[in-house]
Amino acid sequence: MYLSTVRPGASDKGAPARRFVAGNVLALGLVSLVTDVSAEMVTAVLPAYLVLGLHLSIAQYGVVDGLYTGATALTRLAGGYVADRFRLRKLVAGLGYGLSAAAKLGLLAAGAVPGAIGAVIAVDRTGKGLRTAPRDALITLSSPADGLGRAFGVHRTLDSMGAFAGPLCAMAVLALAGSGQSYDAVFVASFCAAVLGVLLLVLFVRDRRDELPPVRASLPRAFGLLRDGRFRGLCVAAVLLGATTVGDGFVYLILQRRDDLPVWTFPLLAVGANLAYLLLATPLGWLADRIGRWPVVLGGYTALLAVYLLLASGHGPLPVILGLYGLFYAATDGVLMALAGPLLPAELRTSGFALVQSGQALAYLVSSVLFGLAWQAWGVPVACLVAAGAVAVALPVSGILLKGRTS
Amino acid sequence: MKWRILVALTATVVLAGAALGYVWFTRPAPATASTLSLAGPGLLVRSDGVLAVIGPDGTKRASNLRCARVYAAHGTGVCLREDVGAYQVTVLDADLKAKRSIPLNGLPNRARVSASGRMVSWTTFVTGDSYNGGQFATRSGILDARDGTLAGNLENFTVQEGRPNQDANFWGITFAADDNRFYATMSTGGHRYLMEGDFAARAMRQVKDNVECPSLSPDGTRIAYKKMLPDRTWRLTVLDLATLAETPLAETRSVDDQAAWLDGATIGYGVDKGVWAVPADGTGTPRLLAADAESPAAL
Repeated sequence: MYLSTVRPGASDKGAPARRFVAGNVLALGLVSLVTDVSAEMVTAVLPAYLVLGLHLSIAQYGVVDGLYTGATALTRLAGGYVADRFRLRKLVAGLGYGLSAAAKLGLLAAGAVPGAIGAVIAVDRTGKGLRTAPRDALITLSSPADGLGRAFGVHRTLDSMGAFAGPLCAMAVLALAGSGQSYDAVFVASFCAAVLGVLLLVLFVRDRRDELPPVRASLPRAFGLLRDGRFRGLCVAAVLLGATTVGDGFVYLILQRRDDLPVWTFPLLAVGANLAYLLLATPLGWLADRIGRWPVVLGGYTALLAVYLLLASGHGPLPVILGLYGLFYAATDGVLMALAGPLLPAELRTSGFALVQSGQALAYLVSSVLFGLAWQAWGVPVACLVAAGAVAVALPVSGILLKGRTS
Repeated sequence: MKWRILVALTATVVLAGAALGYVWFTRPAPATASTLSLAGPGLLVRSDGVLAVIGPDGTKRASNLRCARVYAAHGTGVCLREDVGAYQVTVLDADLKAKRSIPLNGLPNRARVSASGRMVSWTTFVTGDSYNGGQFATRSGILDARDGTLAGNLENFTVQEGRPNQDANFWGITFAADDNRFYATMSTGGHRYLMEGDFAARAMRQVKDNVECPSLSPDGTRIAYKKMLPDRTWRLTVLDLATLAETPLAETRSVDDQAAWLDGATIGYGVDKGVWAVPADGTGTPRLLAADAESPAAL
């Protein structure tokens, strides 16, 4: 249904403000949808595979989970710089999508050797690191400033449709393959979806090379963005909040253990959270454009605080926890980028997004490792209380940083 | 524009076909027709690297299943299987059809099935393959084959009156008749304790020091195990759980195996590349049940 509304160049020549969102945003959303089917097929089975299958300890899992996200901070910056410097956002994003596709085949070759799996995941996340900032830059460059929340909302809705369908596809593949452990079949199907995502990008996404002022992007100028107090405040807030986020895998593992869920239902936890994300991303993006973006972001982290407290207590119905977790993502992921967009000059927008996302990724690396250790040393309730305490401290500080400093 | 949509649709169909094709054509082939059965009677062993059954008449019949360790009870079998570069726990039905496989990290070492066939356990070495000295670590897991509940690592269980779990290693699980209680070895701080566990409660408590690789008797009153002697060799020993009295068995060779109760009065074990049996009350002499075999289980 989306194909018919996606015309290359629509956002260039048409009047984006008259549409709900630009065609290019829809095209990017479609690419993200297909790619996320691919990515979530793998990530939905990975924590269970690593911890329950390969018997990694929780602390080891924390290192794997955090390291491979945090380690991509540099590739994010590099991707952002190259995309701005040579205005090749589509190419850099395409490379990122391509790397992740190749990584799916790598998982096949890695077998059950933890080190090799780790390396392949690193390649996959590098691809994600490369593509995220150029993609978000293309979204902002294709949308009017007052519709950024909406544009990101629609994009993240399409994105999370893929994230919603991915685990279901993984379960369908496992069922069709006739064994709950046919990970190779999941990886191959995931690879096919990833290739389709790259192809859709090549076919339908338009780069925005023509409308930019002829100013050359450079690394000093990219980092010079941090001299702007408003953007610096946003980056600090993003890092602070990122440091309180412990990673989906942990949340799902805690729930799996708490309710003693059969292993095969593990991917369904991601489906539940993604359903909430999917339903809430567009309304919350629209709301953010109306009432202001920072209150929505802070509301999202309040939901995260509630999730940690519920996990610490060991109580709370599973759907409520997953719903709050999806709400957290819907209220923060795209909205934070919509907050950052207007603070960044067009020619350095990818670099700016990359800076924010790198900061978040590094903070996430630290928090995942620490959370894994805390879990192992003190158990789930104490570790979750510590995480909740961190959110409780970060919330007011971020509130001050975000409020007033951003439009 | 039209050609773009056409290309996209064609690619979607081709890629979906490729994915479905792979999923379909790599489905595990149904186990080859085998005349082997785990229903018994007989003795299940690992021989020449494959699962085999020795019938009451003494004839040995081999399967095509390559296993590092085997066990079976009440029509449920377990095979710690070596794939290319990796190991798996495979749960088998009485006709040796794989019901479920779980990837393993490490070298397979112990496998057990509860008397009812419901609970399955395994132990792997995670680093190194020698635990007579130096550093080693083990992982032990339990699967409830009936409802699929998996405890992939006993280190996540709470240990009462024990140390924190960080330096603890667990191995050699054996199940009680209620399919919930189990016994296992916990190594921590240089001691190897006999632990009594509760699967549903995810908890364990210490029972006795210096007990390794326990094996619970069919009546649930005694534990056969390998006791480490001062010279660091092992002596097969039976522990009475009510009195904690120890009875050294007539086997004097050092046995590094998790013993199996062949019946209420006989212990089977692997040593010197053969499966042997010895009376459980300390009398008699060891007798060879099967040459070129290991990992016994009475069917």
